[in-house]
Amino acid sequence: MSLDAPARKYLALAGIWLALLLAPYWMPPLGGYTALGTRVLVLGLAAMSVNFLLGFTGVLSFGHAAYFGLGAYGAGLTLKFLAASTPLSLLCGMLLGGVAGAILGALIVRRRGVYFAMVTIAFGQVFYYIAFQWSSLTGGDDGLRGFSRQPLDFGLFSIDILSDPTKFYFFVLFCFALAAGVMGFVLRSPFGRTMIAIRENERRARFLGIPVERHIWIAFTLSCFFIGFAGALYALLNNFADPRGLHYSQSGDLVIMAVMGGMRTFWGPLLGAAVFVVLQDYLSSVTVNWMSFVGLMFVLVVLFFPRGLLGVIRRKSEA
Amino acid sequence: MTQLVLFNVTNGLIIGAFYVLMALGLSLILNLSNVINFAHGGFLVIGGYIAYTITPYVGFWGALLIAPPLTAVIGLIVERLLIRPRYGRDPLYSLLLTFGLAFIIEDGTRFIGWAQGKPVTIPAFLAQPVSYEFFFITGYRVFMVVVVLFIVALLFFLLRYTRLGIRIRAGTLDLETVSALGVNVRMLRSLNFAVGVFLAGLSGVLAAGQLGLEPTMGAGLLMPSFVAIIVGGVGSLPGTLLGGLLIGVASGITAVFFPSASEAIMYVLMAVVLLVRPRGLLGEEGMMT
Repeated sequence: MSLDAPARKYLALAGIWLALLLAPYWMPPLGGYTALGTRVLVLGLAAMSVNFLLGFTGVLSFGHAAYFGLGAYGAGLTLKFLAASTPLSLLCGMLLGGVAGAILGALIVRRRGVYFAMVTIAFGQVFYYIAFQWSSLTGGDDGLRGFSRQPLDFGLFSIDILSDPTKFYFFVLFCFALAAGVMGFVLRSPFGRTMIAIRENERRARFLGIPVERHIWIAFTLSCFFIGFAGALYALLNNFADPRGLHYSQSGDLVIMAVMGGMRTFWGPLLGAAVFVVLQDYLSSVTVNWMSFVGLMFVLVVLFFPRGLLGVIRRKSEA
Repeated sequence: MTQLVLFNVTNGLIIGAFYVLMALGLSLILNLSNVINFAHGGFLVIGGYIAYTITPYVGFWGALLIAPPLTAVIGLIVERLLIRPRYGRDPLYSLLLTFGLAFIIEDGTRFIGWAQGKPVTIPAFLAQPVSYEFFFITGYRVFMVVVVLFIVALLFFLLRYTRLGIRIRAGTLDLETVSALGVNVRMLRSLNFAVGVFLAGLSGVLAAGQLGLEPTMGAGLLMPSFVAIIVGGVGSLPGTLLGGLLIGVASGITAVFFPSASEAIMYVLMAVVLLVRPRGLLGEEGMMT
């Protein structure tokens, strides 16, 4: 019996969410640990944010790690100096990444193609240097320490996400679902369709009267909000914010996750993140030269999987 | 005080000269082939290590002559095997490819365990200061600046007056027409890539004589080179030259008054330039969009 397309789609969606929901139960027997699953979710969300721009608007930002890192520092600094509240720290992290992205985005949106990539890299490095140099606030090279995520307090009851990694996993999954839901909603809206129109044929979109620059700016800003949120979750996961999280090599990691998973698909980046995180975790435990292998992975993905894993699977199922 | 300022300006000029060499190579490749060569810093490191390896046999002068062309040959092989199939595709792929290569080269040099932190031996007379009063101006620094000046002049001469150079410049503006006029564009791109990598290799040799070898030394020069290109104006080689010198001197001067900002200053410069003159100082209208 062959299923029609919508049924297959719902089946796949149900499969993805079921796998994510049950991850704390099936991962440990396979040799993983819960925090690894949480890492996949957080970096997957970050890669999806990059892909929101790269795959759906067709604009390559190679400096998104900066807004990821800003989200992390925003959350960390909030917990350390402002208030011991997990939701507030998430909000502040997201705002810091998003607002910075909105301001710089206005400077960047007129560039295209490789020049867009170059300018985003260079501006991304600004925040890296700030985090690196302003040691009195950010801890400099050592990173920001001295904060930890706080239990969620609902008045009547509270959920201890600090000491119980499984509960924290479900909290992150909840946040992930929220963000992914919003992202899916935007992509399905007329605005999202316009983004795709710009990706497919920018000149034509312009002739149709679409303000292309403004759309790209909004898409850039939105993706910075998403990645800032992911960065804030990353700080909560590690109870630590690292200046290297803002470096352009981190941007490269996020882009390769999106490409490896399939940048024309919504879920591809999550799959890419899963493969990347698990491989990196494994490689760094068996060899000191994991950097070469990560580099090799970049080269191999470009040579053999330019469409990404999901792109290949989709093509097979269509053929 | 004046001596301190002068010291830092000189430093800035010398660092700027390195930025210029790196940025010119990157710019050549970017303009003609639309490839951001992230591995450019890796080629610099390869140039430096080749120089270090062959100096005991051929001396410093021999290394200076042999290492850059050798690096260019390696670049040519990489271009032929890995980068050429990706011309005309989304520039994302060549970018990711060279990004991965940069990782492999950096980690590879570390793995082979070539001398770290050791400089290439330079001739004794170059290691002397030029005068007592300005003790920081060693002969080698003067020599570096002279070499960079000579090479940059040669490059501009080549681009202006030779057939290859004219074709490269024409290809930057309109590759399709150049191809239609019967120029072998593949060959042109390969040669152009090789020239760019040659410049990276040369900076590697020069840097190895001054600073000593580190697997990461190329990556550190990469970002300032990007900024130099953007500040000077994408598509304009004189702009790249100006941009490189400008951010070198700017970071030198900042180092006197506000040391911790000496690396951030170039980004401030870039933001200001992009705000006031979005196409860069000498950029032509339309090249950036």
